[in-house]
Amino acid sequence: MAMIEIEGITKRFGGVTAVDNLSLAVDAGEFLTLLGPSGCGKTTVLRMIAGLEVPDAGEIRIAGKTVFSAQRGLFVSPGKRGIGLVFQSYALWPHMSVRQNVAFGLEIRKVDPEEMKREVAEALAYMHLEGMEDRYPQQMSGGQQQRVALARMLVARPGVFLMDEPLSNLDAKLRIEMRAEIKRLHREAHATTVYVTHDQTEALTLSSRVAVMERGRLMQVAPPREIYRRPASLFVADFIGSPTINLIPGKIVRKSEGVFFDGEALSLPAPALAAHIGAEVTAAIRPEEIQIETGENEDAVSGEAYAVLPAGSETIVQIRREGRIFNVRVIGETSFDVGENLCMRFLPEAVSYFHRNGGDRIDTGRE
Amino acid sequence: MNESASLFVNRLGLKLRQPQVILGLLLLVVLAGLVVVPFLQLVHDTAVWQEADRRMSRLAEPGDWTLFHYLRVFAGPLSVNIFYRPLIHSLATSLTIALTAMLLGGLMAWLVVRTDMPFKKTIAVFAVIPYVLPSYTLALAWLDFFKNERIGGAVGICSYLFGVSPPDWLAYGFVPIVITLSLHYYPFTYLLVSGALVSLDSNLEESGEVLGASRFRILRRITFPLMLPALISAFILTFSRAVGTFGTPYFLGAPVRYFTLSTTIYSSIVNRTPAVAYIGALVLILISMVIIYLNQKVIGEKSFVTIAGKGLLRRVTLLGRWRWPAFSLMAALIGIAVFVPLLLLLWQTLMLYPNDYSLGNLTLHYWIGKSQATLAEGESGILRNAQILGSAWNSICLSVIVALVTGMMGILIGYAVVRGRKTRLAAVLEQGSFLPYLIPSIAFGAIYLALFSKSIGPLPPLYGTFLLLVLVCVAKNLPFSARSGISSMMQVAGELEEAGMMAGATWLQRFRRIILPLTLAGSLSGFILAFISTMRELSLIILLITPETRTLTTMTFRYVEQGYSQFADAIILLIVLLVVGGEFLARRIGGKRETI
Ligand SMILES: Nc1ncnc2c1ncn2[C@@H]1O[C@H](COP(=O)(O)OP(=O)(O)OP(=O)(O)O)[C@@H](O)[C@H]1O
Ligand SMILES: [Mg+2]
Repeated sequence: MAMIEIEGITKRFGGVTAVDNLSLAVDAGEFLTLLGPSGCGKTTVLRMIAGLEVPDAGEIRIAGKTVFSAQRGLFVSPGKRGIGLVFQSYALWPHMSVRQNVAFGLEIRKVDPEEMKREVAEALAYMHLEGMEDRYPQQMSGGQQQRVALARMLVARPGVFLMDEPLSNLDAKLRIEMRAEIKRLHREAHATTVYVTHDQTEALTLSSRVAVMERGRLMQVAPPREIYRRPASLFVADFIGSPTINLIPGKIVRKSEGVFFDGEALSLPAPALAAHIGAEVTAAIRPEEIQIETGENEDAVSGEAYAVLPAGSETIVQIRREGRIFNVRVIGETSFDVGENLCMRFLPEAVSYFHRNGGDRIDTGRE
Repeated sequence: MNESASLFVNRLGLKLRQPQVILGLLLLVVLAGLVVVPFLQLVHDTAVWQEADRRMSRLAEPGDWTLFHYLRVFAGPLSVNIFYRPLIHSLATSLTIALTAMLLGGLMAWLVVRTDMPFKKTIAVFAVIPYVLPSYTLALAWLDFFKNERIGGAVGICSYLFGVSPPDWLAYGFVPIVITLSLHYYPFTYLLVSGALVSLDSNLEESGEVLGASRFRILRRITFPLMLPALISAFILTFSRAVGTFGTPYFLGAPVRYFTLSTTIYSSIVNRTPAVAYIGALVLILISMVIIYLNQKVIGEKSFVTIAGKGLLRRVTLLGRWRWPAFSLMAALIGIAVFVPLLLLLWQTLMLYPNDYSLGNLTLHYWIGKSQATLAEGESGILRNAQILGSAWNSICLSVIVALVTGMMGILIGYAVVRGRKTRLAAVLEQGSFLPYLIPSIAFGAIYLALFSKSIGPLPPLYGTFLLLVLVCVAKNLPFSARSGISSMMQVAGELEEAGMMAGATWLQRFRRIILPLTLAGSLSGFILAFISTMRELSLIILLITPETRTLTTMTFRYVEQGYSQFADAIILLIVLLVVGGEFLARRIGGKRETI
């Protein structure tokens, strides 16, 4: 069952169309991440779901109930949508103690004081905040403030969690710790979660599905593995992955040996593309799907080590061939020297092809 | 209805439901009622026959349109007396005051911020006190000192000390008006210029020095031009205040029939020719608008100097052998502006019989004495006098209510403006809240008199009610409280309120529990300013006061008119105490809040 249904919502700010006729359904219990470059409209989508921003067109339903409809002039206020939101800035009230921050929502709903006390204590304990009840937000570290913000959201027991880059203000170590915390929260609360980030690692590790956005539109909505392995467009292929995917412009041609991709600095057999002879395409190969072999080799592609960038568990090797740089990811350390001659081996089935014009994926039947 | 039209209506409906829009519209209506409507009524009244005109013209048909008043004021046989001479007096005094105050304040700011003058900090603390005192404090002290036989009653200390009676030109009129008001207004310049000097990067000056320019040349070619916007602002601010002030020109000018526009407005009302007063008020408003427009035009955005500088390098000019003379000059200035007048006033209140400066004549009668038939027509000391205590109570109530209402409105305006940022409504509201600033105090009183002396529809006339005083003081203080409301609202991130929305809080709950606590500390200066300025307000309310709504300031005025300087002076001191006490209290409360 879809918990959140968004149909054709549009939001304009003056002349800027922040969100453009966007439709999306989020299943109950799902963890969906909105991912995209800065300014693509992620926050705006989230705020429209929350009811903090009024769309110019479209309809939004939460748990089967219509909370917004431009046609019918319907708008349900944020507090009545049964959702919780964690802001990027946490938005903790500086004049209230941790306890008061967490209790605020319950006070508004006139929860009985005894029960309120219990619920607040429970939420704080759940976020490991025992003993900090009487502190003020300014007296806490970023990670602790984040926990308070989560506790404040949890205490109202919303059916939907919305989070806008909740980890972006934390340092790298805390971020990983809090990432696990959020995953635990989602698993245990079974709440439908919509999570905004522009950190793709975060998106890929946390989500059950990722929605990639660009300029107010959805580019692809799919599980992380599919987003990574079968990007629907050149934009998604290019946006996801670090270091970025290798993109080689070229053409599909028929040679005596069969159908080939004939690109700059590279030619590859492409038997699955027989239907696209003559097409202008871009080939895309993930850095870890290129294998490096030393010395000369018949059907491998040779090049020269341009840079070797070790990063502990893996090494990124940049290989230059005919003026192009190829990124290659190697597990572990390597002993390559800069300038050394290296051979790259490409697995034809690991290569994706996109129409150069429009950027759509060309189906190669690959899973 | 077709589809896109209904979509449009729906969208409009949702827009109008936003709290900042509802609030903004409401506030605009309030502003219109507080400023625009009274102003239009005043314009209307200048162009129709009044009931009182029947005395002057047989043509008078109350309610009919006429140019009679304009002709009378601008081109009648009395024009010189009721308009042109007062206008010239107003312009002459206000320009001289603005110039003098600018020089004094500018010099003090430079000495305090940029030189090695001794006791700079102490001077800085005392520098702004004159502005906290009622504007006519110095005028009363001046009279205590220089009064001669002209206005009857006791003569001033000057005659006693030196045995010569001061000439009229020294005791009354242009010279004392300019001196006392310059000493009252110079803190404006001091604050603006010292702010600008603090944020001025002395690298600019140093680069001049590297080029080999002399100290004086740097001051003249670099520092001074950079300070010019602040100086001009201060000049204009001072001018527009001075031109609308009533107390000092009245106390010091009336004895020699030296009338300014503001005192003419008052006497025209007293003489039951309100239309003349209203035209005078219009002219004042016009002058003030022109000058503020010029200010914006000449220096544009820079007119309000912001204190931006933090770790800026500030170079100090060494005064050398001029250090102590500079200090002495500043100390003398502050002494003359603050301590001498207050001591004079105090001494005066302690003299049983006027004009007897012997120690044996000292008494507390005028403070705490019981009624004695032989003294001051049997009036008891001010702390026992039911009338004065009543008016003190009125003053306190008025100031507190005005501070709260105007401060609150400031926060609400801040909310509507900041949350509605970039919308036309917010822009109109922000500029509209500035309107009262364009209307000099006495003219403001006049436009309220014009509107509220009659009943408006079902509303009874508000003239003579306490409510009217509250309204006029709130309106007049709005520009300052709106500005402090806007700036404190800027500090409150929108997300803090949105977090409240997510928790299901209604607008009122959000305002009371989130917005208000977070803006209160920042708006405190707006509250305090409104309190202080209401407590010592005379020009604004003098036209609207009736015996039931007397305040301390109007009591002073009455006693001065009756020649009881002891009472008048004692009340001034009481006002000073209340102002200082109020500010102290507010800071204590505010200080606690900020430490949370
Ligand atoms: N209140 C607003 N007024 C005007 N323009 C806005 C407003 N909010 C967002 N925008 C514009 O809408 C577009 C989308 O903004 P949004 O905040 O949704 O982006 P985002 O994907 O969250 O970006 P980021 O990753 O930087 O947070 C941007 O071009 C932004 O400038
Ligand atoms: Mg964002």
